[in-house]
Amino acid sequence: MATRIQFENNCEVGVFSKLTNAYCLVAIGGSENFYSAFEAELADSIPVVKTSIGGTRIIGRLCVGNKNGLLLPHTTTDQELQHLRNCLPDQVVVQRIDERLSALGNCIACNDHVALTHPDLDKETEEFIADVLGVEVFRQTIAGNILVGSYCAFSNRGGLVHPHTSIEDLDELSTLLQVPLVAGTVNRGSEVIAAGMTVNDWTAFCGSDTTATELSVIESVFKLREGQSTAIVDDMRKSLIDSYV
Amino acid sequence: MMPGSAAPAGGAGMFVPAATAGTVLCCMCGVAMQPNPANMCARCLRGRIDITEGVPRHAAVVYCPDCCSYLQPPRSWLRATPESPELMQILLRRINRPLARLRVSLSGAEFVFSEPHSKRLRLKLRLRREVLHGVVLEQTHPVEFVVHDRLCDSCSRAQANPDQWVAVVQLRQHVPHRRTFLYLEQLLLKHGQASLAIRVAAAPGGLDFFFGSRSHAARLVDFLATVAPIQTQTAKQLVSHDTKSSVYNYKYTFSVEICPICREDLIALSPKASRDMGGLGPLVLCVKVTNAIALLDPLTLRVHHLEEKKYRVYNFKAALTSKQLVEYIVLDIEQESPEISIDGSRYQLAYAQVARVSDFGKNDTIFTVRTHLGHLLNPGDHALGYDLYGANLNDDDMDTAMTRYSLPEVVLVKKSYEKRPRTRRWKLKRLPVEEDAANKAKGEEEKRLDEYESFLKDLEQDPELRFTINLYKNEDYRSEMASTVGDDVPTVPIEELIEDLTLGDDEEDEGDEAVAGIAQSGMVE
Repeated sequence: MATRIQFENNCEVGVFSKLTNAYCLVAIGGSENFYSAFEAELADSIPVVKTSIGGTRIIGRLCVGNKNGLLLPHTTTDQELQHLRNCLPDQVVVQRIDERLSALGNCIACNDHVALTHPDLDKETEEFIADVLGVEVFRQTIAGNILVGSYCAFSNRGGLVHPHTSIEDLDELSTLLQVPLVAGTVNRGSEVIAAGMTVNDWTAFCGSDTTATELSVIESVFKLREGQSTAIVDDMRKSLIDSYV
Repeated sequence: MMPGSAAPAGGAGMFVPAATAGTVLCCMCGVAMQPNPANMCARCLRGRIDITEGVPRHAAVVYCPDCCSYLQPPRSWLRATPESPELMQILLRRINRPLARLRVSLSGAEFVFSEPHSKRLRLKLRLRREVLHGVVLEQTHPVEFVVHDRLCDSCSRAQANPDQWVAVVQLRQHVPHRRTFLYLEQLLLKHGQASLAIRVAAAPGGLDFFFGSRSHAARLVDFLATVAPIQTQTAKQLVSHDTKSSVYNYKYTFSVEICPICREDLIALSPKASRDMGGLGPLVLCVKVTNAIALLDPLTLRVHHLEEKKYRVYNFKAALTSKQLVEYIVLDIEQESPEISIDGSRYQLAYAQVARVSDFGKNDTIFTVRTHLGHLLNPGDHALGYDLYGANLNDDDMDTAMTRYSLPEVVLVKKSYEKRPRTRRWKLKRLPVEEDAANKAKGEEEKRLDEYESFLKDLEQDPELRFTINLYKNEDYRSEMASTVGDDVPTVPIEELIEDLTLGDDEEDEGDEAVAGIAQSGMVE
């Protein structure tokens, strides 16, 4: 199920939040609305943590993580690091790394098995990614853009990439990631996919400008509808068959 | 590692991976399409954004039905035919400002037919504007112009009173002939200076040019100052005024006086003037009049150019004018010095033995004189000159000169040629001049024709004079006349003539300097 939300009248919700299969990070905002939207959707399954990174609210662009771990840029304060270690589940490794490109969220895109990274990332960082997140690392670009973390979003079930990605690139990327990919947009034609949405294996949050068409593309490629839709169809089929019999 | 789309364009032998553009779904309607900067299909984009918003659909133009011209604000009126590029330009200028303000560019415009009596003009514009991160949309936009009829300033003035004038240039020269004006008329025609005049009228001793605006008159005066030695006085008379809006209507008068010295005049310089010019003369001939007067001493071949301001200081009069020229016959000629050239005119000093044609066969009066025409005259030729021996002079300076110097008895001025037939292969244009009552008196008409004829003769003999004016081919000229003319007589070479422009049967081109101007530049043979 995909949800449309706003962060303080801003549709770039991927900038202000980080969603994985094991936890969810939300920026500290002026109003409680943004946080409560996540809380309502996720509170049953995973912890939703309010935090800042390096004193800023653009946490989604600064950190990268999956169910195994969380990588934080060198700008993160000790307090923030301690707060995250306290709040996140014990099996999640929280690690601060010394990388020149400190907007890790823009440079790295990952699910629980594979990560795509900026071609200029340090060798050490690459090792950290492999160790902490427990993933295979590929240096890649998306439709000629080196900021792979900004222009694609993928979970363990599917992925959405920059609309200008050619068919050959799509094939190559989906072979690397082992998930189906589709070129598309969010927030009424925005190409910056990861800034406009954040996604895990069972739910997605998009900016409130996202149109119904875009939402349906997202739901179908990330397979967010399956559980409910089959349940509904089963329900309906049952009643239909009932009435016919 | 690097995907195909990131690879640089390869040279020979470089591997370039194929990149097939994929399709994305339009973010609004979900139709599959090529990705574009807005990621929206053209139809949705057009539906959401109207680039013609704020561009006017209606506008008004003001049209003068009398002269078929359109008002170009604030004040100029431009003539334009229906559906012409000029009209398009006028119309587009009316909606230029909103287009610029909205940053809409115009990529095309065309007329849509509308019934002339509907007083509407329709334009179909193609507008182009950038929307949403570099997507350029183009859209057609109809504009309807309502044509308001209003007479333009000159037409309304003409309707109220065709003779209404604001400024008049009174051009005068106090001499007994009209040669100067015949020449000035040709100069004005060549330069199109009198084309703005409402009316040109002949007055005793000159011409009056009437204008609709003071600046037009001032322009004519400025032009005259460059071609003739003139003195100008201006005056204005208050016609009406409106103190509340501070509007004053004046009638302006420019009184322009050309100094009364003409070409071929004989002048006796006062001792002071002669001294100031370095001992010139005292008997001098005026050889050329531009905005300065060129004085030639026929005995020494010295030329002095006297500016108008300097002339006002001495303010001399002509002792004898071209009317008083007497015909002589040259009996003998003896060159004294080689031929020289001063300001493009050639002179040669010579001694000539001449006798009056009127004396021929009556007495044996022979004069031996020094002349500047040695290169032209041969024994047996006729020449025109001033007869100081027999003249009845009434000039103080001449009297002084006579007492101080021994003056020659004859001053030869020019060679004279035998009478030639009156038809010529060339003709001149004329200004439409209204003659006043005094000039219509008996005998005046014939006198004017004679003056015109002698002016034409002068043109034939003087290529320098011809150079400044336009001569046109005479279509009526019959060439058999040429055989009767002696070889000696100077004629105008055909290369100098201009083909006249005639527009079908109508007589519109008469006096239309603008049209003639085009003809001059385009059809010189």
